[in-house]
Formats: sequence, structure tokens, C-alpha cells
Amino acid sequence: MTNKSISAIFAETAEPRLATPGMNRATIFFLIVTVVGLSCGVLAFIFGHHVIYHNTREMPWGMLISTYAFWAITSTGLCIYAAMSHVFGGTRMGIVSNRMVWMSIICIMAAFSTIGVEIASPHRMLIYNILSPNPTSNIWWMGTLYGLAVGCMIVEFAGIVTGLAKIALILGVFGAIAEVLANSCLGGVFATLPARPYWYGAQLPIYFLTAAFLSGAAAAVLFNFLAYKIRGEKMSQAVQLAVKSAGKAMTLVLILYTVATFWRLVSFYVGGPELGRTAGNALISGPLAINFWVMEICIGLLIPMMLIILSRLENVGMIAFAGFLVLVGQFVARYDLVVAGQIVPQNLGWDGLPSYFSYVPSIFEFGVIAGGIGVVAFGFLMGERVFGKTFTQKEHH
Amino acid sequence: MNIEDLEKEKNEGIENLPLQERRKFLQMGLVVTGVFLGGSVLSLTSTSHASDQSNQDRDIPAEGQYPYPKHYGMVMRQNRCVDCEKCVEACKQTNHVPDAHGAYRTAIQERLTTENGAEKREFRPVLCNHCNRPPCVRVCPTKATYKDPQTGIVVMDYAKCIGCKTCMAACPYNARYFNHEKYAIDKCNFCIDTRLAEGKTETACAAACPARVRIFGDLKDKSTEIYRLLHTPDTKIWVLRPDTGALPNVFYMNA
Repeated sequence: MTNKSISAIFAETAEPRLATPGMNRATIFFLIVTVVGLSCGVLAFIFGHHVIYHNTREMPWGMLISTYAFWAITSTGLCIYAAMSHVFGGTRMGIVSNRMVWMSIICIMAAFSTIGVEIASPHRMLIYNILSPNPTSNIWWMGTLYGLAVGCMIVEFAGIVTGLAKIALILGVFGAIAEVLANSCLGGVFATLPARPYWYGAQLPIYFLTAAFLSGAAAAVLFNFLAYKIRGEKMSQAVQLAVKSAGKAMTLVLILYTVATFWRLVSFYVGGPELGRTAGNALISGPLAINFWVMEICIGLLIPMMLIILSRLENVGMIAFAGFLVLVGQFVARYDLVVAGQIVPQNLGWDGLPSYFSYVPSIFEFGVIAGGIGVVAFGFLMGERVFGKTFTQKEHH
Repeated sequence: MNIEDLEKEKNEGIENLPLQERRKFLQMGLVVTGVFLGGSVLSLTSTSHASDQSNQDRDIPAEGQYPYPKHYGMVMRQNRCVDCEKCVEACKQTNHVPDAHGAYRTAIQERLTTENGAEKREFRPVLCNHCNRPPCVRVCPTKATYKDPQTGIVVMDYAKCIGCKTCMAACPYNARYFNHEKYAIDKCNFCIDTRLAEGKTETACAAACPARVRIFGDLKDKSTEIYRLLHTPDTKIWVLRPDTGALPNVFYMNA
């Protein structure tokens, strides 16, 4: 073990070239976005979650839950690709895997900060998750496993930074396993509710894992592209190959995800409960139709596929743009999934209820979403600045 | 094997049947007879979790196999309801239910139907179904909601509720709400703390109903009105959303 001082470690990992006025401004900007955005969520603790957010008795979950799922899923994807590269080597993504570990931690932090202001009494969670655990609860497992995963990844990253490769490798594997299990439990939270036919079913946890592979690859492409963009530097051949490799993974999972989306929707129209079919209609031709057709399908799936074909997996900029669009589509897809599960009244036919409840997120909910994006952007820039050399060190080996 | 092939088979007779097989056959016959004798109720009485080992939804609850010393439930004689909402008011008063943010423990739903060509208004009282397989209890991360071991009533421990709202998403009956005064999820608890604890035998809603729509009581006690109603032959009894497998303890009938 090395006995380097902290400042010596940072001196080795930092990227002083990025300490430019422009970068400073961008970093401070995103810090402000983070603080202001998450303050919207803090207001919920002052004025009441029921006042600040537009969730209701009938639709208890909204955009904050879907955004939490989005970041958590992206984190899982990044972590899996990083661990696969670390453990098995062989994949070309190995060269950028340190950056992926860091961004996986940052994405899960964005997820935690989003759900932290969504839950009404998080302080009780800290106490009773430990003192009164419920082993049949998916939420309990999900929270515990994501907590474990982030713990593993932080130690893993510390190992990477300090050069303790063995610790980093072992913790990386544990972190990835915990992330996959947590992701599965996140899918299970929705999949095991027979009261909500749009969610209920064995496909959903696999769907979530597929989404993790998709979002993870898209994020890997995008963040690596941006890392070189802010350096004003051309990617080395090896990094280009890594990004193309991530792009290839993204293309493959895009196809899988499209197939899974297709069959998932078809299943509601061949029988089963009316609630599921009505929820499906919300996407096909109802209140979520624009979200679904324009954002999820066109922007999130078809255009990225076209861009990838046009780029022939050669033009890194184009692949990165496709990755960005995939992430936008995935963000909306999570929203649609969470909302569609609750949008149909359970007692449809009574009380003159419309087929669909109306849910429009409050300005504070949008604020928290901006805060989450701020966390990721700030974390990304700080990571490049403080650990930039760690992210690129493998290039020089 | 199709029926023609089966006909060609030689009759084996019953002489060589093991005793166990004969018993099984007799038991099956008794179960089938029981279902017919008891009317459709027996196949719907969703106390299977509390009954025998096979744990099938439609099992007849066996004597002495309820896990709770008392097993409370409610019968709604739906056609008697006139939507006077005295039950709703009594519940609010008794259980200090806030009057905002969608808070209510019981409600009366309404719809227009047609019967023999004539328009008919139908009312349906609803509340927590205190299920035998309660989805809300399973999903709660901190056991803030649980089945009371004495009564089978689904109750809340407000101090443990983290406000994740998963129980609200899981409930097939929209029976849960966010109580902003307690800053926790809240629900009907059959007045366990406000009336049953004081020795009263009825919930506030049941006591307030002038038409005696709501019959509350111990499902396993043969001397109760609820037991008699549930075991009246030829009575059509139904539960809400049986497809969710929650095994509710609130039964509906027209009587």
C-alpha cells in the first residue's frame, strides 16, 4: 500500500488543463442549478409534500419517482459496463471504465437526491429501514441494495484513485452485482403490484435491466464524448474504439428494447384486465400519446437508430448525439411508465370518473428534475477536473 | 387420452383402491356438496390464507384454523344504501380524518345503470378491505403497516411510515391517503383504536348507518350477524377486484 498524502494523490489525478475560466463558470452554473433545483424539493419539507408536488391519492407517484428510476437505471448500466470491462477485460470499453465508475456514482447520487426530497419522511427511513426491515418489500431491498452498491463503488473508486487495483476490482464486482439486484428490485416494485395491470407481470424487471443496458451505453458514449469536447482534444484511437464499442452495445440493446416495448404493449390488447388495456390506450392514443410516439419512439429509438446507421458507427459525434437522444427518450419512457400505471381510475365506471386522471407535474417537481441534472453535470465536470488523469491514465500505459 | 380410448379400458374396480384414495374421493365429494349447500358464498369467502394448508383462494375456511383470535370483516348490503353519507361523517368525526387533500377512510361510490330499460342509480360503500393477503403490508419497507395479530385488521404504525407511498400504489381499493397532519399514510382500521378498544362492537360507519347496510363482526364467530349473512344459502356474494388475489374481508350482497 502506498502512503501518499491526499494532496499528492489529487496532484496525480487532477487535470489542471481544465481549470479554465469557461469551465469554472460552467461548474458554478451547474452547482447553482443543483442548489436551486433541490431547494424546490426542500420546500416540500417546509410547506408539505402534498402542497408542493402534484401527486394525489389516486396518483401517488409522479415525475420524481420516474426520474429517480431513470438515474438509478442509468447508474446500473454504467456500473455493469465498467465492471465487465474491469473484470473480463477484452472489451474496448476498459480504457474509459474509470470514468464510467465515477459517472455511475454520480448518477446514483442524482437518483438519491431526487427520491430524497420525494419521500415524505426520509429520516424515518434511515431509522426504520434498519430497525424494522420488511424482507418482503421490494422498496426495502431496492434501497438497501442501491445503498450497498454506492458504498462498494465509492470504495472501488477510492481504490482506483489510490492505485489499489485489487480492492477496486473486487469492490467493482460487488458493486455491479448489487446494482443489478437493486435494478431488478426496482423493476419488482412495479412488477409485483397486481392492482396495477399496466405494471404487473414478469417482464418488467427484465425490461428495467434492458433499459439499464441501453441508458448505460448511451451515457457512456455521451460522457466520453463530452470529456474530450471540454478538453478541446481529439480522442485517441483507443478511446474512439471504446466509444464505438459502447455505441455498438447501445445499438444492440436499442433493438432488444424496441422488441420488448412492442410485445409489452401488444400483451395488453390480447386479453387481460381492462385497466391494462385502457392504460395502453393512454400511450397509443390518449394523454401520453405525444410522449410515447414523439419522445419515446421517434426521438428515443428511431432517430438514434437512423443516426447510428448513418454514422456507420464511425462518426463519434453522431453516435454521441444518438446517445443523448436515447437518454432523452429513456427519461420520458420512465415518466410514461410510472404515470400510465396509475392514470386509469381503479374504480372506473363509478362516480362519473373520466378514463384518465390528469397529472401535470408542479413547477417544483420540474425544479427537482433540474436539480438532478445539475448534480450529474456538476459531478461530471468536477470529476473531469479532479480525477481527469485517472480517467485517461490507461491511454498512456 | 381421449374419451374413446378411455372407454376401451378395462374397469379396474374399486376393490384394490388404497384407503387413502377412497378418503380423498369422499373428501372431494363433501367439499363439492358443501359449496352447493352453502351457496356461492363458500367459494368466495376469502379466508383461505386463514384456512387450510393448500392455500387456494376458493378453499372453505376450516374450523379453528384462523390465525387471529378474532377475524373481523364487513358485509355491505349494497342495495340498501341511499347515499346519506352518515357513515362518512361518523368516520370523519370518530377517527379525526382531515377534510383536505383527498383524505377519507370510507366513501360511497355512485353510478347510473339501467335495469329493465329504466335508469337506476346505484350506490356502493367502500373502505379498506383488510385483505388476508394485503398488498400494502407486503410492500411496506419498514413494517409501518401490518395485520394486527389479534384481529386481522390492517393497521398503521405512523412513527415508522417513511411516506414512500408504495402502499397507496399497491392497494387495489384506493383505500389509503396521505394524512398531512400525521405526515404519514393513513387508512381505515375498523375503528380499532377509537371504538373497538373501548369495548364497542361496531365500527363508527356501521353504527351510524340508518339502513343497516354495513354489518361488521367476527367472521369466525357463528353467533354474529355477519356469519349468518355470509352463510345464508343461495345468497349471491361478491368481493371487489377478486382478480388481484388480495383476498378481501369486505363482502358485498343485495339483501
